[in-house]
Amino acid sequence: MGEKTKPWRWQEDDLTVTRGSAWSGPGCHIGCGVLLFTDKDGKLVKVEGDPDNPFNQGRLCVRCLAVPNATNHPDRLKYPMKRVGARGENKWERITWDEAYDTIVKEFTKVKEQYGAESVIFCQGTGRDIAPYISRLAWSFGSPNWVPLGLTGNACYLPRVAGCIATTGSFWVADCSQASPLRYDNPDYKVPECMAVWGNNTVVSNADGFYGHWVVDLMKRGTKLIVIDPRLTWLASKAELWLQIRPGTDAALALGMLNVIINEELYDKDFVDKWCYGFDQLKERVQQYPVSEVSRITWIPEEKIIAAARLFANSKPATVQWGLALDMTQETLPASHAITALWSITGNIDVPGGMLPPPTLLFYGGGWGDELISDEQKAKRIGLSKYPLYQYGFVVAQPDEVANQLETGEPYPIKAAWIQTNNSLACMSADPKKTYAGLRKLDFVVGVDLFLTPTIVACADIVLPAATYPERDGLRFGDGPQRGEAINKVTQIGECKSDMQINLELGKRWNPEAYPWDNVQDMFTHMLKSKGVDYSFQELREVAPIYPPQEYKRHEKGTMRFDGEVGFNTPTRRIELFSTFYEQAGLDPLPYYKEPTESPLSTPDLYAEYPLVLTTGAKHWGMFHSEHRQIPHLRAIHPDPTLQIHPEAAAKFGVKAGDWVWVENSMGRAKRKVEITPIMDPRVVNADHAWWFPEAEAAEPTLFNLWDLAINQLVPFQPGKSGFGGNYKSLLCKIYKVAEEEV
Amino acid sequence: MARYGLLIDYEYCTGCHSCEVACQMEHNLPVGKFGIQLAEIGPWQIEGDKWQYAYIPVPTDLCDLCGKRLAKGKLPSCVHHCQANVMKFGKVEDLAKEMEGKSHMVLFTPK
Ligand code: SF4
Ligand code: SF4
Ligand code: SF4
Repeated sequence: MGEKTKPWRWQEDDLTVTRGSAWSGPGCHIGCGVLLFTDKDGKLVKVEGDPDNPFNQGRLCVRCLAVPNATNHPDRLKYPMKRVGARGENKWERITWDEAYDTIVKEFTKVKEQYGAESVIFCQGTGRDIAPYISRLAWSFGSPNWVPLGLTGNACYLPRVAGCIATTGSFWVADCSQASPLRYDNPDYKVPECMAVWGNNTVVSNADGFYGHWVVDLMKRGTKLIVIDPRLTWLASKAELWLQIRPGTDAALALGMLNVIINEELYDKDFVDKWCYGFDQLKERVQQYPVSEVSRITWIPEEKIIAAARLFANSKPATVQWGLALDMTQETLPASHAITALWSITGNIDVPGGMLPPPTLLFYGGGWGDELISDEQKAKRIGLSKYPLYQYGFVVAQPDEVANQLETGEPYPIKAAWIQTNNSLACMSADPKKTYAGLRKLDFVVGVDLFLTPTIVACADIVLPAATYPERDGLRFGDGPQRGEAINKVTQIGECKSDMQINLELGKRWNPEAYPWDNVQDMFTHMLKSKGVDYSFQELREVAPIYPPQEYKRHEKGTMRFDGEVGFNTPTRRIELFSTFYEQAGLDPLPYYKEPTESPLSTPDLYAEYPLVLTTGAKHWGMFHSEHRQIPHLRAIHPDPTLQIHPEAAAKFGVKAGDWVWVENSMGRAKRKVEITPIMDPRVVNADHAWWFPEAEAAEPTLFNLWDLAINQLVPFQPGKSGFGGNYKSLLCKIYKVAEEEV
Repeated sequence: MARYGLLIDYEYCTGCHSCEVACQMEHNLPVGKFGIQLAEIGPWQIEGDKWQYAYIPVPTDLCDLCGKRLAKGKLPSCVHHCQANVMKFGKVEDLAKEMEGKSHMVLFTPK
């Protein structure tokens, strides 16, 4: 473990500098090393990247650079409030924390006594450091229903993780040297010869513990890129091969590449013999995906598919940096399974510069405190009967079934909701009007957030002001290879409290045994020590970042499995190209491709009416999902929600750059501003997601212009067979100009 | 006295805007004013799979080469934060020499 010599706090002229980690909100998941500058009044005045932190090496994206403008924003929620008008009227009255907690305990307890604890749902979004704390809050109350509200098929990250663990016993990430504090100077490290950047624009998205500009670091060191993206991103323009894929067809491409690699015998025979299970069945399966057929499905020219397969297989090592596009495929598990097979049969498992099983220090991926909830209550988790896979290692409720149950009250009614870090209506909810209607039926709703959001204004009865990261202490371990970092409080805004403090104080009221700590720092120390990290929180912030030791080829050393045997943590001890786990769960044990529910190939009649393929959800530099719309320097980078369209398509549909158009399908419509760009395929358009206008009227019916802007009004609740996956990125639409008076 | 400048390797500039915002924050510049501003060259197709798609950050008349930071032994804020590590501060003489060794470089002398 690396030890720091620099103190965690020092003085620089009249400013205090505090070293720590940036874990949202606002921001993202990955936790770059930051230096927070505060003045003598304790006001945050500047943020700089920590040059001594191996993770980002001093660099920062615009979101953390502008954090002072978010933390100090005049529109921040600053004290608890209760609703005094009707829901949606945006009339609030300031209350004390005590009154807020008392009301919440009273209302939730009332529901528990009448209907059972399961009738209170605990809803989180992405990003803000929340999973351990909200799961503990739910379970300490007795509710098994912890859910990413509205996220059809849990279509973000979890499917990839779930798929990898089910078939290989571990998650895998591209090795950019990030597991070692020595980074590119680690003598054991090798720069990949080739990286497939698959379904994400890393430099913008910085998702899942992956600092996107590492890809640029590797390009400078000679790595060739294969970029699989419906858009010509900047990375794609610099790639050896850009495969302009039809959205939603990634599994077909992976199977086509496997077909080439297997039939041309380009795979690593030794690794396959020793460490893969079910190769012959996979070989047989991929015969269904000849390159000609895959080209027809994906819209990628045959020669490019073949070239990509050969380049990937012949590069030693090769690696894959994959992204959200895989989760947002309706049949996401077989798609991930196919890509996992690609890097496995080519021998890139746990080799330097290949795919890493991320070392962990502190694992709270499955929530924190499941001993607090009885088996009887656990069995009531929503969605278990319809999607049995959710029983195996997953602890969240199934979001589509939660949405249905909000509507129907079957098999039991939902009566109250705790919504923390989740602007579901503006952001991730599919069919947000369904979620809206469901929430509006509830007896009692609490919202915890940084700003008033459309979700809070429309639905909440009590709102609690949460802290941004410079206002709180915390732990940062996170996704990908873990490193131990401390988040350090440097400032205080109004009466804001961190999510952790709120949940500790509230949880203490309804279940004091579950919260024996006097303050969050003691709680963090307990979390560290109970997982074998021998530091208190106060010690951690001195020595952070700490790294667990890293070694390659762990499967040969017996450190991948809990029983110490060599191999992988699967029933066959091998990478399961044929999954015994899926077979048992009644799913296809081999990877396969399924057309999106609505598409040019699956629904040609609908395609005649809605003649464009619509993809959504790509990020912008200055915005993390629905955040940052009120930060002027960031909003200025991308002021309006856009629809990217190819010049030929724009001419065909009679729209000009800057026109406002309705993007519409059979479910609904949303406004977007036209951006004409050759980076698109003429058959595909790309719409921004998660828009609302904080500058617009908050009260209904305007609701920050939500219903004009929410692109997810076109997205159905439509998970894959397993209960994972969705169609956020592969829909059909038409576009037409917004009438003059509606602009 | 030697002149100092900013050397940019625009082969790898991703257009991430960090230089712009780092400068705005360091110098308390309002929206719409910049010490350095990004230019986008493309994207347009040269032919086949070859595309012109580049970004170049251009210092403005508000750039003072971060005199105050330099006095404290720090790098200019844009250079410090550049996500692609493509900006270098130094003596024009030294930076010009570096340009001989690599294509797609541009050297600015803001003051
Ligand atoms: S990627 Fe950007 S928002 Fe995320 S932690 Fe790093 S600097 Fe902050
Ligand atoms: S050197 Fe300083 S003043 Fe000049 S552009 Fe960079 S950050 Fe701005
Ligand atoms: S910070 Fe660096 S990579 Fe980003 S736009 Fe500026 S020069 Fe380019």
